[in-house]
Amino acid sequence: MNRAVLQVLLAGVAAVALGAAPPAGEEHFFEVRARKFEYEPHVLRVNRGDRVRIRLLSEDVAHGLYVDGYDLNVVANPGEDGSLTFTADRTGRFIFRCSVTCGEFHPYMIGHLKVEPNTPFFTYAALLLVLGAGILAITAVRRRREA
Amino acid sequence: MSESSPTQEQAAAPEPAKEKERLFGLLDLDARFDLTRFRLIRALLKSRWMPLALILFNTFMFMIILVATLLGGFSAGNYNFGIMLVWILWWVLLMFVLVPVFARAWCLMCPFPIFSDWFQRRRLINIGEEPKKPWGLNRRWPKWLKNMWLMNVLFLVTTFFSGFLTVRPFATFVLLGSVILAAFIVGLVYEKRSFCLYLCPVSGFQGLYSQFAAAEIRRKDDAICKAHKKKTCFIGNEQGHGCPWLLMPFKFEKNTYCGMCLECFKTCPHDNMAFNLRPFGADLLVDTKLESKGLDEAWKAFIMLGIAVVFYLGFQGPWGFMKDMIRGTTLPGFLSYIAFHTVFCLAVIPGVFLAFCWLSKLASGNREVPLKKVFTGFAYTLIPLGLGVWVAFSFGIILPNGSYLLHIASDPFSWGWNLFGTANFPWTPVLTGYLPHLQGIAMLLFYLFSVDYGTKLARRIYPEPAQAKRGFVPILAALTAVTFLFLWLYMG
Ligand code: SF4
Ligand code: SF4
Ligand SMILES: [Cu+2]
Repeated sequence: MNRAVLQVLLAGVAAVALGAAPPAGEEHFFEVRARKFEYEPHVLRVNRGDRVRIRLLSEDVAHGLYVDGYDLNVVANPGEDGSLTFTADRTGRFIFRCSVTCGEFHPYMIGHLKVEPNTPFFTYAALLLVLGAGILAITAVRRRREA
Repeated sequence: MSESSPTQEQAAAPEPAKEKERLFGLLDLDARFDLTRFRLIRALLKSRWMPLALILFNTFMFMIILVATLLGGFSAGNYNFGIMLVWILWWVLLMFVLVPVFARAWCLMCPFPIFSDWFQRRRLINIGEEPKKPWGLNRRWPKWLKNMWLMNVLFLVTTFFSGFLTVRPFATFVLLGSVILAAFIVGLVYEKRSFCLYLCPVSGFQGLYSQFAAAEIRRKDDAICKAHKKKTCFIGNEQGHGCPWLLMPFKFEKNTYCGMCLECFKTCPHDNMAFNLRPFGADLLVDTKLESKGLDEAWKAFIMLGIAVVFYLGFQGPWGFMKDMIRGTTLPGFLSYIAFHTVFCLAVIPGVFLAFCWLSKLASGNREVPLKKVFTGFAYTLIPLGLGVWVAFSFGIILPNGSYLLHIASDPFSWGWNLFGTANFPWTPVLTGYLPHLQGIAMLLFYLFSVDYGTKLARRIYPEPAQAKRGFVPILAALTAVTFLFLWLYMG
């Protein structure tokens, strides 16, 4: 149990360290097809420091693609693609969402941009395990004291 | 806060209930700050215009909402006044502040039962010389239904249609209309606020989560209540109505069924009612004969967790096929969603939790404690965590969509109005780049509350402190796993 906790902790620390490592800087091209109410592909995976090029195509009505955290927006009409280029310099999982009202489920039209390593997630998960392990330790110590 | 005696740490605790308990080892759980010590607040709480003024205001707001949702029909809801006010503003306010901080503060100002109250009481404001005999059949609610089960079912069934309710104005019109109508019809037959107590779809989770809230209405001094033989807070007098929520204000210990209607402030001739601020979660430990922990509330906690998972997958996740199921593009898809949702909430989550409780009992080494007691007791640890899940979820609603509120405030009926000059304000996500962090912080914070109350509940479930500590370990694992799951959903 404790070994496992330690391993996950180390993984978390390693992830934080990696997050600070010099960016790899590959180029990624995604052709994202938008239709009511999904993107295909709906998860875009890149590494920190990569150049990201997105071509947005609409298969039905006008859709947009707004990337949380990067504050970027692009719109595509049927037959009229949009394109977006940026450097993925913030790590984490960011939602991209439709920015043009395209129908009733428009507010729920969502995709994920994953910029690895997912430092925020590893940090919170590591914190959670530290807290859990800490509470366990306190309980054990208090038990010994009371016994 | 109040002072502690220096010896109490060492004192052995054969009777854990008498030991002074502290939130996170710091804040005395019995600490209370009574707001009625301020003259203005006291006067406000005793005034017949409170909460009526707020109710009237909300009646007005919901009238507009009803009109707007009716006019909006089947159009996309993100530019509809009713949809936005109900599902963005109201829901988020409920989950962010009203319930977690102020308990049933919404019920205090809720307009839904106003017509029922008006009819039964035969007056809207003043009481007059003598309380009149109420109109309506005034029946007692059946005893076997005096619990949360009916509300559990009704709430779950309501969520089946959330793929319509939150996006189609007309669906919200039907929902609100039926709640208001049902409140009235039930009021014709059953006494007082039977509808609120046992039927209203938004009542159950408010009742459950208000056990966590940092506010409460309670008597101040037991002795004064004992000496006051004519319990006017229960039967009513010329100052106010007897508790519409059928509580005994001189006795109750738990927020769940107190609608914060403030009548008891008016009917108590000794000013013995208090509006307290208190440490978060104080009611989670209450388990008296009158207000015992029960499976109905446990299931409410499971259902709320389950709904959060399903809603996340369906609404805030990137999977189009799930959205198609929820919005009913095909009947089989919609039915499978309902089936999955129901089984997940009513059986899978409780089943997994039961397994952890079984492990808890095993680890404790105590064979006498009934598994049911372990299960029911520890289910209450899911209340803070569940609230955290919903707070985190609500960040995902308000940050991206909050800016619509500016638009709809200026043009509530889509008639081209521009009341506040904000009708053309563009859709602007706010701080959505920090959404994962806000959600992560919320999860960890409420996790700590759950764990802290978990240790306290363990001491109530297992008689020996050593058993309690061993028995808590599997529950700690369960709470950590649930928190991890949601961290993963929200940011992984
Ligand atoms: S229980 Fe429902 S209808 Fe009654 S006051 Fe509360 S929210 Fe309103
Ligand atoms: S105890 Fe009863 S009368 Fe007093 S505020 Fe609560 S619901 Fe109202
Ligand atoms: Cu779209």
